Amino acid sequence: MASLKELKGRINSVKSTQKITKAKQMVAAAKLRKAQASAEAARPYASRLAEVVGSLASRVTLSASSPRLLAGTGSDKVHLLVVGNSDRGLCGAFNANIVKAAKLKAQALIGEGKTVLFYLVGRKGRVAIRRDYPNAILGMFDTTHVREPGFDEAEAIAGEVLALFAAGKFDVAHLIYGKFKSALVQEPTVTQLVPVPTPKVAVSDGAVVEYEPDEETILAELLPRYLRTQLFGALLENVASEQGASMTAMDNATRNAGELIKKLTIQYNRSRQAAITTELVEIIAGAEAL
Amino acid sequence: MALHFELVTPARLVLSEEVHLVVVPGTEGEFGVLEGHAPFTATVKDGVIRVTRAAGGTVEEIPVKGGFAEVSAKGLTVLAEHVG
Repeated sequence: MASLKELKGRINSVKSTQKITKAKQMVAAAKLRKAQASAEAARPYASRLAEVVGSLASRVTLSASSPRLLAGTGSDKVHLLVVGNSDRGLCGAFNANIVKAAKLKAQALIGEGKTVLFYLVGRKGRVAIRRDYPNAILGMFDTTHVREPGFDEAEAIAGEVLALFAAGKFDVAHLIYGKFKSALVQEPTVTQLVPVPTPKVAVSDGAVVEYEPDEETILAELLPRYLRTQLFGALLENVASEQGASMTAMDNATRNAGELIKKLTIQYNRSRQAAITTELVEIIAGAEAL
Repeated sequence: MALHFELVTPARLVLSEEVHLVVVPGTEGEFGVLEGHAPFTATVKDGVIRVTRAAGGTVEEIPVKGGFAEVSAKGLTVLAEHVG
């Protein structure tokens, strides 16, 4: 049986842990609201661009001269996995789930006889992926210097990915990130980045649209932008997911700490009472002996 | 007599209003868009979009980078990666 002093120390330590988790939970809740708002604000641009790219792509027939971003390199030997993680922990299994999804995808591709390379965004997934695939990491992107990844970061990531593609380092790219479903559910999602999957859109009114310059030139210019937008969207989703996961994890932690405190307090009171009883018994026994 | 003009960046919807005339610096030359313009799609070079709110009114200049313009029956939409 732990002594009273020890018990008191433990209760205090759990209490201060609870204070931290509670604070983190509230911070995450506030940040989640902000992240959701910025994800919301990014939607018009993304949907407009997807519409335009979709309608352009449906007009252009794939040929040898088509932009490689759309048509692919003609082979699918080397796959690049762009893995989006967060920079901070204290968000439950969020990062672990993304890493797990990435490894699953990698194993499936390796099983098909493909070569798999990684491009890592965010600090948290690095160690786990480097442990399993020490020689497959093509690049890393650091987002620790900014508070929230924004369009500039998406632009930089897309720039590096496009440069790697232009250099012929990979044929197909996939993006893995945590899709925000709700504060409770974040779904690790794998989507194809390169070749750009053409968004499906219903062909609009059928009016004759003039293009300046011609369709293919516009398309070639828009594809990298579309890629950037997709990355930007994924970054925003990731931020929202991270905060959601963090909120849930911290809520659980706060509740667990509360339970632990209750248990320890009961134990503390029992031992205190036991000590008092023993003392009384001693006194009474002493008085009787007289 | 108004043209619906929208200016959108990845981060937000910058502008959405009824204007008189918008002059856009297209890659192959500047073009002005009034109400009832034919459907038209063009890339925009880095430069200044000039917006005239009312006929004969003052001109507002908006610098954009990485832009793309689309004229449809609904109006003019400019997608730009950077504004300002």
